[in-house]
Formats: sequence, C-alpha cells, structure tokens
Amino acid sequence: MKNENLYNYILGIADNSLVLGQRMGELCGHGPSLETDIACTNISLDLFGQVRSYFQYAGKIAGDDRTEDDIAMLRKEREYRNVLLVEQPNTNFAYSIGRQFLFDVYHLAFLSELQKSKDLTLCAIANKCIKEVSYHVRFSSDWVKRLGDGTEESSRKMQEAINDLWTYTDELFHQTEADKVMVSEGIGVDVTKLKENYYKQVSYLLDEADLQVPESKWFQKGGKEGIHTEHLGFLLSDLQYMQRTYPNMEW
Amino acid sequence: MSEEQIKNLEDQFEARIARDEKIEPKDWMPDKYRKTHIRQMSQHAHSEVVGMLPEGNWITRAPSLRRKVALLAKIQDEAGHGLYLYSATETLGVSRNELYDQLHSGKAKYSSIFNYPTITWADMGAIGWLVDGAAIINQVPLCNTSYGPYARAMIRVCKEESFHQRQGYEIMMKLANGTPEQKDMAQDALNRWWWPSLMMLGPTDDKSVHTAQSMKWKLKRKSNDDLRQQFIDQTVPQAELIGLTIPDADLKWNEDRKSYDFGEIDWDEFWQVVKGHGPMNKERMKARVGAWEEGEWVRDAAMAHAKKKQERKQKQVV
Repeated sequence: MKNENLYNYILGIADNSLVLGQRMGELCGHGPSLETDIACTNISLDLFGQVRSYFQYAGKIAGDDRTEDDIAMLRKEREYRNVLLVEQPNTNFAYSIGRQFLFDVYHLAFLSELQKSKDLTLCAIANKCIKEVSYHVRFSSDWVKRLGDGTEESSRKMQEAINDLWTYTDELFHQTEADKVMVSEGIGVDVTKLKENYYKQVSYLLDEADLQVPESKWFQKGGKEGIHTEHLGFLLSDLQYMQRTYPNMEW
Repeated sequence: MSEEQIKNLEDQFEARIARDEKIEPKDWMPDKYRKTHIRQMSQHAHSEVVGMLPEGNWITRAPSLRRKVALLAKIQDEAGHGLYLYSATETLGVSRNELYDQLHSGKAKYSSIFNYPTITWADMGAIGWLVDGAAIINQVPLCNTSYGPYARAMIRVCKEESFHQRQGYEIMMKLANGTPEQKDMAQDALNRWWWPSLMMLGPTDDKSVHTAQSMKWKLKRKSNDDLRQQFIDQTVPQAELIGLTIPDADLKWNEDRKSYDFGEIDWDEFWQVVKGHGPMNKERMKARVGAWEEGEWVRDAAMAHAKKKQERKQKQVV
C-alpha cells in the first residue's frame, strides 16, 4: 500500500467510533427512559455514520477492492486499534455515561484539531463530525452532573464508574508510529498536546458534578497496538457474525 | 348535570364527529370516548416501544454498516413514535407512568406480533415488509380519526412507517436476489412471519368486539376482514416480484372478486399469543420491566438533581 501510514492513522480514529457505536447500540430498547434510549441510539447512529466516512476513505487509500464492511468486520482482534476505554462494557448506566463522557471530551478536542489537517478529506469529515460530537459532549456531561449531583446512590455509582474507567484515559494521548508520521506531515493531530487541557476540562466538570477526580496514576494501555481487554473479543463476535458466517455476500 | 343535559352534549358531540370536526383535548367528550382512546392510543404506543426489542436484537449483528445505520434509524423512529403517542395519550388525562404500569402489569396489551422471535437477519426484512406493511394498512385511516392529537401524530407515524416498509422490502429483495443461502433465509422468514402478519389485522369481523363503536368515532374505517384482504392483495404480487412463495397452499386469485382467496388462519395460535403464551411474551415483558426497574435510580437522580438546581437558583434570587 502506497500510503500505509495514512491508512493506519484513519483506522486508529475510526475504530474508536466503531467500537463505541457498537456499545451504545447494545443499549437500544433497554434505556432508563424513552428519551435516554433515543439519545443513546442517536449517538450510536452518529458514530457509525462517522465510521462509514472514515472507512470509505481508507478503502480508497488502500487502492484495492476492499469495502467499508471488509475493514469494519473482517479484521482479526489484534488488528483493531481502538483505545481500551471505548470497549468497556455497559456495566450500568453510570458506566455507559462515564465511558461516553471521558471519550467525548477527548473526541471534541481531537476533531477540532483534525479540522486543521492538510488532508482535505479528513478535514471535511472532522467538520461534519464535530457538530455531532458537540452534542454528545453536552449529553454525557449533563448526565454526569445529574448522576453525580443526584441521589446518594447515583453519586456512588457515578463515582465508581469514573474511578474504574479512569485507568483507560491516559491511553488517549499515546502516539503510535503512524500518528508520529502523520503529525510530521501536517495531516495528523498531535494528541500529546491535548492531554493537559483534557484533564483540566474533565476535572472541572467532575468537580461541578460533586465528584472526586481520581488520584490514581496507574494507567492501562495497549488498544492502539491491538492489545485489548478481554471484552473486545465478544463485541467482535457480534459485529462480525454475519460477515464470517456468510462470507462474500451482499446485503 | 341532568341526564337530559348529558344526552344533549352527547348528541352535539356525535354531530361534530359526523361533520368531520376534530375533537381536541379540552373539549367535552363522553367518558367512553376518553377511555376507548386511552386504551387504543396507549396500546399503540406500547407496541412501538415493545417493537423496538425484536429489531434491537439485530443491531450489533447487522451484516453491513449501511444496514446497521438504517436499522438504528428505524428503531429510533419507533421510539419517537412511542414518545409522541404517549404524549398524545397524556392529553386525555392519564400520565405516562400510569400507562407504563398498565403495560408492565400485563393489564395493557401491545401488538402480539412482537411476541415472535427474530432469529435470522432476514427477519429484519420480513418485519419491515410485512409487519410494517400490515401496520400501515391499519394506521393510514387513523390520519383522519376524530381525536385531533391522535390524527396529527398518525400523519407523521405513517410517513415514517411507509419508509420502513420500503426499507424492509428492499432487504428481502436483496436476499431473494442473492445466493441460494440468502434466498432460503428470506423464504424462511416469509414462512414464519406471513401468518402472524395476517393476524395483526385483528380477529374476524364476527369476533371483533370493538368494531361498530370504533367505526362511529372514525377509529376504524374498514372492518378487520376488509383490511386483511387489502393487505393480502397488495402483498402477494410483491412476493412474486422477488420470487418468494407465500406459504399458503390455498392462496388463489379469484377473478370474480378480483381478490385473492386464502387459507384458514390458525386462530388458536392467535389467541394463545394474545393471552400471553406466545414464544416471546415473557421475554419481552421481562426486558421492558427490567429496563424500567434498572433505570429507576437514574430517573430518581435526574429528579433529585433538577430539584437541587431549582433550590440553588431560588437561594440566589433571595
């Protein structure tokens, strides 16, 4: 492949939306109220829409006949590059919201930088996605506040979710080899520069939600290199089921 | 109010409906009109919400990204239908929580079709094509029903439903034109969903208890049997067009009636499912009740937070 770094770079971005979209999709029909159900489905829908834009572009870069579905559904577990955060399960609503919030704050900052990319396609995708993601941040932040500053039970659950998910936040700011090349070419976003502001923003909101900012400095990593938590395999079994069981068919 | 006065109001009310005027929430209405509408509209809302489950079952496994996005959008539409049908029902003086209680306790019904399992991807096509197809036939006349909020809600519902139906048919068409394995999957889905879809149009006219009154209030314009015939006549050519076979050995074009004759519907099965003993009745209710109970702490938190926020605001003002 002529531009393997760009291809890998796009997959790194898109896999986050793919895996998180899949997780949010699991909640459909099971939300705590009809309104939140619609919102979660909507977020899932936005994320899969983004995935399609990225993978269609990646397919073009690959220059062979691979389709968006081949890229989304026919890779091996170790070839998915999403961060560990987004694959964490829907343990309860607080975990779903916490995961969404911790990713959304990063996602918005990332996209606003990606809008400055020298790659015009990525720039255009970022332009489209940022409107959706601004809404996601508002939705998840509002819920962190409601749950943090709600009842004793909701505050405990929200705190527990944030504490557990905190260990996956640092990975958002790790650079892969493809990242570094793309940054040097003015195409990619230097995620290391987003870190300080991210923790500032997240801490501010947690404080506003009457929640503690976790102090733990022990972080997990590996997703960007394809070393995932045990959860991802099951998620992929669902995601890939049809394409694996009925190969080479059109749907 | 004297009996004579009530009779007078009732006469005026019926005359308004006969003149095709809309009844609005604040208008006087007979108790029975209110109750019948609460029952039918909430049943409709419940059906939308329970109907999210059999399709939601395939979101994580949809075969392509395009199909996944379309399925998510479709289910989101259904949740939206549920939402504004509940709101329309609330205009009759009942709360959404009361309506949920009725659903969860088994007092309120929802469309029985959702008590069948979705076991293959082709079921997503069959539901769109047949179930939404039958639903539209039931629902289009409701765009002109007498109760204003219901009629207005139905205009939007019907627009989206007809989009869903085309989407479902397109899934089936793709399968029917695909590999032999895909075609088998489509035929199998048609075999399983055909008869339950016919049952969706309701019991035969001689067994239908609500028809006469509903006709008067424009909650119904045609009888169940007429609607069923319309559905069959419309759907058979669609099946033929994509090379699928309707699973009814007695199905035959009747030149005199200009309609299809069709076989006997298994009404025992219909009543078994209506009475709560279909293949998925228990699971569907368990999922709904489970979501509601597990969501209680979330809803409580939202209420508590709103209250705290309000109190803080008031303090600031003071």
